[in-house]
Amino acid sequence: MAEATLTGPTALRTANGTPLKAALARASRRARLRAFLLVAPLLLFIVVTFVLPIGQMLHRSVHNDAFSAHMPALGAWFAANPRGTAPDEAAFAALAEDLRAAAAARSIGTVGTRINYEVPGTRSLFTSTARNAARLAPPYREALLAHNPDWGRADVWAAMRGASSAYSASFYLAALDLRRTPEGAVVRVEPGQRIYGQLFLRTFVLSAAITLICLALGFPVAHLLATLPLRRANLLMILVLLPFWTSLLVRTSAWIVLLQGQGVVNNVLVALGLVPEDGRLALMHNATGTIVAMTHILLPFMILPLYAVMKTIPPAYARAARSLGATSWTAFRRIYLPLCAPGIGAGAMLVFILAVGYYITPALVGGASGQLISNQIAYHMQTSLNWSLGAALATLLLAAVLALYWLYDRLVGIDNMKLG
Amino acid sequence: MHLGTLLAATALAAGLAATAAAQEVVVLGWGGAYTQSQVEAYHKPFTAATGIRVVSVDADNPATPIKAQVEAGNVTIDVASVEYADAVRLCDEGLLEVIDHAILAPAPDGTPATEDFLPGMLTDCMVGTDVFATVYAYDKTKFGDNPPTTIADFFDTARFPGKRGVRRGAKATLEMALMGDGVPADQVYSVLATPEGVERALAKLGAIKSEIVWWTAGSQPVQLLADGEVAMTIGWNGRLFNAAVGEGKPFAIVWDGQVYESEGWVIPKGAPNLENALKFVAFSTATEPLARAAEWISYGPPRASSAPLVGVFQLDGKTPMGPNLPTSPENLTNALLSDLDFWVDRDAELNERFNAWLLAN
Amino acid sequence: MRETEVAAANRDDAFVVFDRVQKSYDGATLVVKDLNLSIAKGEFLTMLGPSGSGKTTCLMMLAGFETATHGEIRLAGRPLNRVPPHKRGIGMVFQNYALFPHMTVGENLAFPLEVRGIGRAEREARVARALDMVQMGGFAARRPAQLSGGQQQRIALARALVFDPALVLMDEPLGALDKQLREHMQFEIKHLHDRLGITVVYVTHDQGEALTMSDRIAVFDDGVVQQLASPEELYERPANSFVARFIGENNTLPGRIETISGEACTVRLADGALIDAQPVNVTRAGEATMVSIRPERVEVNPARLPPGAHMVEAEVLEFIYMGDLFRVRLNVAGNSDFVMKYRNAPDAGRLAPGSRVRIGWRPEDCRALDADSRTGGSAAPG
Repeated sequence: MAEATLTGPTALRTANGTPLKAALARASRRARLRAFLLVAPLLLFIVVTFVLPIGQMLHRSVHNDAFSAHMPALGAWFAANPRGTAPDEAAFAALAEDLRAAAAARSIGTVGTRINYEVPGTRSLFTSTARNAARLAPPYREALLAHNPDWGRADVWAAMRGASSAYSASFYLAALDLRRTPEGAVVRVEPGQRIYGQLFLRTFVLSAAITLICLALGFPVAHLLATLPLRRANLLMILVLLPFWTSLLVRTSAWIVLLQGQGVVNNVLVALGLVPEDGRLALMHNATGTIVAMTHILLPFMILPLYAVMKTIPPAYARAARSLGATSWTAFRRIYLPLCAPGIGAGAMLVFILAVGYYITPALVGGASGQLISNQIAYHMQTSLNWSLGAALATLLLAAVLALYWLYDRLVGIDNMKLG
Repeated sequence: MHLGTLLAATALAAGLAATAAAQEVVVLGWGGAYTQSQVEAYHKPFTAATGIRVVSVDADNPATPIKAQVEAGNVTIDVASVEYADAVRLCDEGLLEVIDHAILAPAPDGTPATEDFLPGMLTDCMVGTDVFATVYAYDKTKFGDNPPTTIADFFDTARFPGKRGVRRGAKATLEMALMGDGVPADQVYSVLATPEGVERALAKLGAIKSEIVWWTAGSQPVQLLADGEVAMTIGWNGRLFNAAVGEGKPFAIVWDGQVYESEGWVIPKGAPNLENALKFVAFSTATEPLARAAEWISYGPPRASSAPLVGVFQLDGKTPMGPNLPTSPENLTNALLSDLDFWVDRDAELNERFNAWLLAN
Repeated sequence: MRETEVAAANRDDAFVVFDRVQKSYDGATLVVKDLNLSIAKGEFLTMLGPSGSGKTTCLMMLAGFETATHGEIRLAGRPLNRVPPHKRGIGMVFQNYALFPHMTVGENLAFPLEVRGIGRAEREARVARALDMVQMGGFAARRPAQLSGGQQQRIALARALVFDPALVLMDEPLGALDKQLREHMQFEIKHLHDRLGITVVYVTHDQGEALTMSDRIAVFDDGVVQQLASPEELYERPANSFVARFIGENNTLPGRIETISGEACTVRLADGALIDAQPVNVTRAGEATMVSIRPERVEVNPARLPPGAHMVEAEVLEFIYMGDLFRVRLNVAGNSDFVMKYRNAPDAGRLAPGSRVRIGWRPEDCRALDADSRTGGSAAPG
């Protein structure tokens, strides 16, 4: 069959003389435009509900103008004097001017809160000084130090210099249990303050454990679903999907009823004499509770992709392996399992990523040792209202998940993943 | 996730309501028995007196949506009930309207409001509505004739065996640990201001760490105690009282070592119905409504003139409320007023330390 | 040569034996009813039948994927009933090849050797040899998905043979190929069989395929072997009307036995005409019968028939030119689908539609069979 190429020595033309390429482009433009219009609502939806919020989160994790926006004079002094310059009278004058303005504008709390993130216990330094700012008189250095000697602290000045730029990496440092010394070096925080590294680690370990348990429990169920006659498989499928139809809170509360010290499981064990009355098992308010409840909630996300893949594997493969001399275990290990790999990959990925982001279930049944990093993010978003730190933690979590995704792609190949 | 949807629903509901009618005021509360007390004592009489409809919406912590709404420039709430510390912080950050104390009603005997309110109950942006306490309660069926009576007993698992419910958070928890360790109430904050003091509080908690069941939401300690999951639990006095008296649970509250603080109304900056909001705040913080509210939940009224007017618990119609309020003199013998300036400064730091301590099993 | 071997295949030296085998899936109906069948070593036996006739079930029981409800299957004298599939040492080619998609061709072939613990070097040598055998030498590194249907077929064949099984089962292995390729592969499989001396049990519903390849064919219908015979025997002398209709093109005419004596009988057709036939499973005069005549055995020239043969009137309805053959549709005794074929020889005349001819056949080509369309269990030879 002879094939004409467009890149030949003479460009091909249509019957009326227009170049073939141009004619083709024109002919397909309408189709492309229509296709675009069809996906445009979805695109808009994704941009508005997904891209923008994530962009905002990323921005917030490095941007915090609580200090810089309200302390312009001091910001100008920091800009004019390089790091390491000792604060002089001009600096204190600028500080006094800004404090006065911030007190009048009721923005001093914001300013103090921002510095308090970096140097704990300094919020009141700002608020109390600001209340008296109107009475401050030159020389400001002496006046401020007289009001509170903390104004002479190097770490306070270093924190103010850092915060005088709206963009800063300090929230990422905090999220990684690091801090910057007044001299500018990055060091780890004191052991007693290190929490996020450990929480990230715990989050990934618990999520991995949940993923493995989901796989171990979901695999036989998915296999059963894929091999049962259609009618019974449909019934079983309804049972698998049933948890989706009840609220997450209801399911979690049900686990509380089951797992607590005086709960159903312990009562049964005690009644059977397997566990003494005073030795009831601690099944919740710890990591066990988190694992059990989250495994239950996430199990369908493992079963469904597994089922979708298993459904497409003809029984002939296993039979072929058996006829070729493989024991049923070998046939499973060498043939069935690798063929299920796309489903395993998809299910594990889904469960793991969902597990990493869960927080309501760990909050209710996890006690202290079953808390995940998401609980800290929620804490900063809702309670401490340190949104920048929450955003930095969330961004790190996102980055870690993307890194895992990348790793998965390198090791297994994302095109090998089947969601159904 | 749950909270997110709740907030969204709240905002939506409030938004819809705001466009529905002009003569209304949107009040954001904490839900549960607490909101019920406000509806009975404030909302209903206010509507009856002024014809202004009160739209009541709930949040887990009303301070959170205030920050979100004001920063987003889309305020749908007119009045919110927040804790003192949050009121101070939000006020300092310029997120709240300043409330002129002159609009507040004087006491029946003519005492100006600024003198009638107890110290610390009025700030630039907040008008106090009640005083609540963090106390501990025990299961009466577990301790027979020799019940715990002091805050030290809470930490004594040898004499009083059983699990303990404690809030997973530094505030009030560290103070109670220090008082349990023998620190007098008036020295708690000076001790806690030092690193050694923080370690001392954590060590006190550490001694019973394996016995502690941590909780986060205010309804959990009641449930834990009712289910027999714990023998004693720290909790908020109003909810514990309602469970004990209202629902007949065998709970007893120990007032020794209580940490009390106030909460009240604030008005977010840019509230859509500012006029009505101010009217509502003035109306609800008069002597009579404050006394009525204390009959629905055992939170103490912030006005001196309200105390004598508090009658019996409305839900059972017989229990006198006076002795069950945090502000009752017999409950204040060894009590600590939460130092909110301390917490505004140290909240982030101490919570990080507390969380790190929790993680280090 | 095969003929004699087949003749010798009795129960004593048989390689594969089905002994009174029954199979039921639901406990209510039998899909295989009392199967007795022995297959000689080196034989190419085809199980032929329409779908649902029980042939695949028999193959699966032999492979070990189904268990016989009753009866015994023996391989080289050893009862197989309790032997799991992987210990039977039977090679199998599946309908859609069942090549493992996640393995290369080489890995697919090495798999049976690997699970047998054969060392790497020998494995590679045997894989290479097996690939050469099916002319796929350069394809070891490919994935099955990169191969055409015919190539996949060869690989499946090589994989079933690479571990030198004495018995190879093939379950409609050529069903997915186009006609030309299928015919080509038929010969290749046949040649491999001849060269390697293996025993093959082959399942198909394509009678042409069965006739081309087999030493013997077991025609299945309704869970019963209707006839077990060589292709020639089957074609020339079908044992009952099902086999006659299923194998090759066939004309049938209903009638009644007029006279019967040993190897010959006469049959009165519906229109009263009398014809000669060979009685097959009819026994007495007056019995209803169905006579069967192959289209190519119908003659218009009385000179080619034995003297005294009866001839019948027929009307030409259609004349079709088919190149090497002429195909004529006739109306014979009320049957307007009666077909006659004759060679396009230089002297062969053409019949004009509408004309009337007299046709006849040699008595041994006209077989008087049972009138019933189904015959029960008469034809399972031992």
